[in-house]
Amino acid sequence: MAQDRSGIVAGIDVGGTFTDLVQLDRATGAVRLAKVATTPGNQAFGVMAALGAAGGDLAALDLIVHGTTTTTNAVLERKLSRTGLITTAGFRDVLELGRRTRPQAYGMTGQFTPVIPRDLRLEIPERMDAAGEVVIPLDEAALHAAARTLLDRGCEAVVVHFLHAYANPAHEIRAGEILAPLWPNDHVTLGHAILQESREFERGVTAAVNAAVQPILDRYLTRLRAELSAGGYRRDVLVMTGNGGMVSARQAAREAAKTVMSGPATGVMAAAYTGRVAGIENLITYDMGGTSTDVALIRGAEPAVSSEIEIEYAMPIHVPMVDVRTVGAGGGSIARVTAAGLLQVGPHSAGADPGPICYGRGGKEPTISDANLILGRLDPAKLPSTEVIAPAEVARRFAAPLGLDVTEAAQAVIRMANTHMAGAIRMVSLSLGADPRDFALFAFGGAGPLHAAALARELGVPRVLVPARPGITNAIGCVVADLRHDFVQTINTPVDALPPGRIAGICADHVAEGEALIAGEGVEIRARRHIHSVDMQFTGQTHLLRVPLESPEIDAPDLRARFEAAYFDRFRVRLSDIRAQVVNVNTSVVGVRPALDLSTLIDPAGRKPTLAAAQTGTRRVHFAQGWIETPVYWRDHLPLDAHLQGPAIVEQMDTTILIEPGDSARGDAHGNLILTIGGARP
Amino acid sequence: MTLDPITLSVIQAGLQQVCDEMDLAFSRAAFSPVIAEANDRSDGIYAAADGALIAQGAGGLPVFVGTMQESTRILIDRIARGLTAPPEPGDIYIVNDPYLGGTHLMDVRFARPFYRAGTLYCWLSNTGHWPDTGGAVPGGFSASATAVEQEGLRLPPVKLFKRGEMDAEIYAIICSNIRVADQRIGDVRAQAAALDLGADRLNALMDRYGDATVTAAIAELRARAATQMRQHIRAIPEGDHSAVAWIDSDGVVNEPLAIRLTVRRTGDDLCFDFTGSAPPCLGPMNSVRATTLSSVYLAMRHIFPDVPISAGAFEPLEVTGIEGTFLDAQYPRPVSGCAAEVSQRIAEAVFAALVPALPDRVTAAPAGTSGNFALGGHDPARGRDYVMYQLSGGGYGGWAGGDGLSNGCSTIGISKAPPVEIMEQAFPVLYHRYALREGSAGAGEHRGGFGLDYEIEIRRGQAKASFVMDHGRFGPQGALDGEDGAPGEVTVWQSGQPMTPEHLSKAQDIPLGPGDRVRVKTPGGGGYGPAFARDPARVAEDVRLGRFSARQARDLFGVVLRDGPGAEVDLAATVALRQTPHD
Repeated sequence: MAQDRSGIVAGIDVGGTFTDLVQLDRATGAVRLAKVATTPGNQAFGVMAALGAAGGDLAALDLIVHGTTTTTNAVLERKLSRTGLITTAGFRDVLELGRRTRPQAYGMTGQFTPVIPRDLRLEIPERMDAAGEVVIPLDEAALHAAARTLLDRGCEAVVVHFLHAYANPAHEIRAGEILAPLWPNDHVTLGHAILQESREFERGVTAAVNAAVQPILDRYLTRLRAELSAGGYRRDVLVMTGNGGMVSARQAAREAAKTVMSGPATGVMAAAYTGRVAGIENLITYDMGGTSTDVALIRGAEPAVSSEIEIEYAMPIHVPMVDVRTVGAGGGSIARVTAAGLLQVGPHSAGADPGPICYGRGGKEPTISDANLILGRLDPAKLPSTEVIAPAEVARRFAAPLGLDVTEAAQAVIRMANTHMAGAIRMVSLSLGADPRDFALFAFGGAGPLHAAALARELGVPRVLVPARPGITNAIGCVVADLRHDFVQTINTPVDALPPGRIAGICADHVAEGEALIAGEGVEIRARRHIHSVDMQFTGQTHLLRVPLESPEIDAPDLRARFEAAYFDRFRVRLSDIRAQVVNVNTSVVGVRPALDLSTLIDPAGRKPTLAAAQTGTRRVHFAQGWIETPVYWRDHLPLDAHLQGPAIVEQMDTTILIEPGDSARGDAHGNLILTIGGARP
Repeated sequence: MTLDPITLSVIQAGLQQVCDEMDLAFSRAAFSPVIAEANDRSDGIYAAADGALIAQGAGGLPVFVGTMQESTRILIDRIARGLTAPPEPGDIYIVNDPYLGGTHLMDVRFARPFYRAGTLYCWLSNTGHWPDTGGAVPGGFSASATAVEQEGLRLPPVKLFKRGEMDAEIYAIICSNIRVADQRIGDVRAQAAALDLGADRLNALMDRYGDATVTAAIAELRARAATQMRQHIRAIPEGDHSAVAWIDSDGVVNEPLAIRLTVRRTGDDLCFDFTGSAPPCLGPMNSVRATTLSSVYLAMRHIFPDVPISAGAFEPLEVTGIEGTFLDAQYPRPVSGCAAEVSQRIAEAVFAALVPALPDRVTAAPAGTSGNFALGGHDPARGRDYVMYQLSGGGYGGWAGGDGLSNGCSTIGISKAPPVEIMEQAFPVLYHRYALREGSAGAGEHRGGFGLDYEIEIRRGQAKASFVMDHGRFGPQGALDGEDGAPGEVTVWQSGQPMTPEHLSKAQDIPLGPGDRVRVKTPGGGGYGPAFARDPARVAEDVRLGRFSARQARDLFGVVLRDGPGAEVDLAATVALRQTPHD
């Protein structure tokens, strides 16, 4: 394995609006940051612009880690490559019929467009049964004919998806062999190779998405590597995946579906790393942007991962991904009075265009950002406004539709928004089996640190961690993320029928496979970690409870006892008469990358010796106690060990941190601010 | 006490959160897949005085939207009359009697009194669908039952938990009368624990805002929900809006049953008058009062989903004329079809009556059947008996905003269908197809959605097939000159010989052996608006995708296509054909 190549590491994250870069020289601790506009047509231009803005020599870079939304956008905007499906006779409509659902509980309407249209879904004779026995042999002539038809119809990629291929992939493998010389490119996806689990709709959609974004990702990465190479860069590019790990660009397109939700995962990886370094390992991440808020759970510095994520209505992508849930409230969320005279904030959003009233781009409806401005929490001078609107005018336009006094209206909007977001965060954590009071909030995104203290109080969360650079958290995630490979094996066996050593044997196979993959990436790692767990249930249940295993060597009584304890912890129910069952054995093989010093993300030379020297002034800010003349500080000037008493406002390039009366904040050695919430509700 | 709108909004969100957390806790801990996977359950908070609905979980099964307030009201009334023992802290009542505010026997309600400072403040209640409560057939859906005793064990309200302790004797009686009893303790614990969690959360909410404030907020929220519903009602033209919806048969007597509905708006109130509907029937297609009310409420909520679920929302809605009809069945009429089928036909009657009055809000009729196909048999390879359920969706109705969804779930449900691969793992069957039912959508300017077409072969052992479905005789109604969706079809092959059940959509215990097959085609949704008004390009698109044939494009939509795979519209011929008078 190559040694110590990652001297200068660049993390580049392409978001919807901005492309962010953070470049760290491990030898000197020097940091370069850049933020440029994303170039939606070809994200590579933005990436090159960010590298240019950061300055320095591409030839001197040792590693570029890249987070891209190329596949995310392709899926969400349905700008997919023309893709065909070859499937078992009788089952071509599985992708269109879904799981017999509707988008919402009430309202008998809805729209659904399958990933692959019906005329590109072809059937051929073949059939396996659930035990993996052949019922109908593969009709190879029909396969040939189907492939030719799809090519005639202009398909660039193809999916082979056969019933029960998870149990016996022989027909899919044979189909792959036949297609290899026939199909003009590499874009052939076999369903079982992406996901080896039963459920034909979920496996089929996952494979179809993989195929449909593969040519797009492949083209993009090829272009990017050519650009980088022309600029003098000589190494491989690593691409972030949805499980918070990374793979080489050469591998990325093969399993393109794994990159679809990599953006949100990257931010969560930065949070996990920052929390581990700061000694706060249980975190709820809270990333509040313009239209929505992403929430995820980190336990023991490990983000919760799920293999059952539906990225929009009837669009499941069942590969392991950091479990990020989206709440429909962001800075641009609109406040309205309902027909019943109740105030409602969201789900409608003014987005970035026209945006909140205070942006002066024609926004007419009151939003959360306007409320923050009226209450003095945001500085009008720092808004991304196109036309400056006088604060009094914003206030007038804001309050009019709500029928309240201006301050009252703004307070009400913030309170409703916080109630709504706190409720959503509580549901997310409860659905993952966690009590939010046992966690700290990790606040990032443009608007996160502004609301975090109030949300923490509402949720009974005692502490809030605000990292050094909340606005470029995803780019930081690229440089701190580890190499990671996740494995799941379904065994569906009662605990009392488990042969001794069965779990340990599966875990050993997982570890061997993962180690081989990591060795193949050729990236420096400083340690290896193997994380094992089992998903269990009482026989007859359908939901699963994950039980972590410190060691895969575990006997049946111990396993049963751990499961019962975890179950009681979660549901306050003991069911000692019912058999317990192991459904899945899970392993994550992690190649831990060299540690990075985060304290230099804010230039140490810029820090002032005292708090007073970091203060830029005061302004009137509205809190529950009324209007208070509040000191305002510049984050980059704060002493590393600053200790602030609320009320206070800390501003920095990309966000504003609100410290409420009764709360306090303290800087740590890594450049984070840790808020302690006074009187957090139990 | 006057409340500012903010406190009111926050308390509303808080009460909703209590119910949503109960829903989540119940589903996650339950054993019955009907509860855990299909979310066939609901949790809510009900007034101490009359059981009025204060708040109910947003993810609850729609058919329970109005039943639990009725069930709680009857419990309170029985306690007042000394028919049921009065509550004490820590008690939980269990009840599944359909005639006491229920649906069918499988829907088991728990009710827990909630106290503040030693006084009964409100009730927390939930309903969960148990996989079995005894009776003639596993699962409880007997298409040929003629009395409720054949459908299962019937429990009046009794205390299953007394001061926090489960009554092991009552539980033993229950377990001795139901199938797969060993797993029910898990559901009982989950159902009770959800109510305990709700009590904790509600206590925290009241501690925070104060009992007086919460009480005032509950009253105000109820009044405002009523106001909101009344505002919607004012959009409906005054006068009578009538419709008829038909049930194929009751499963015993092969005659259709009519639901005759006149919706009458008087001022801000809406009266749903069912006078003239069919009398109580011999078979299990009877509805009970609580389910009939709930069906009207859930239909209105489908039309106005923005109105919060609250007794206030139901206040302006009056239901009359059900006495003496099959929509208000009395003991001992069998009722297993009420929640799954009759309720959906009541909702269809509401949609059909109101779509001309609210053309932008209401859809043409959806498939409107749960499509219950039960297969019970013996698997010799595994040496055990099994009961398999295949519930299926169908097409939704076209609407002002577009075409109907294909293969949507029932009007009263929100559950996902099980994957074919999971069914084949669990049962000795092989699916030959699971496909879009071509040509089934009701034609219209906005066509209906397409139904499902599946076929199952028995691989091993002997089995019996039963069907409790509907819309086999009549298709889901089109709206505003749209065509009806295709009716459902059931075909059974015994030793290679096809047969159609006498009642079309209902049959009991058809014997099957290895190699025998069952094919089910589920209904398409009703069309919305005249089919000849449909954009010819969209008709051509459906033909290109093989959903309709070129012949159907011409006959149903008046669209002529050129020969060839491109399915291009011959515009001149189409215009000429559409101008030709037709009937």
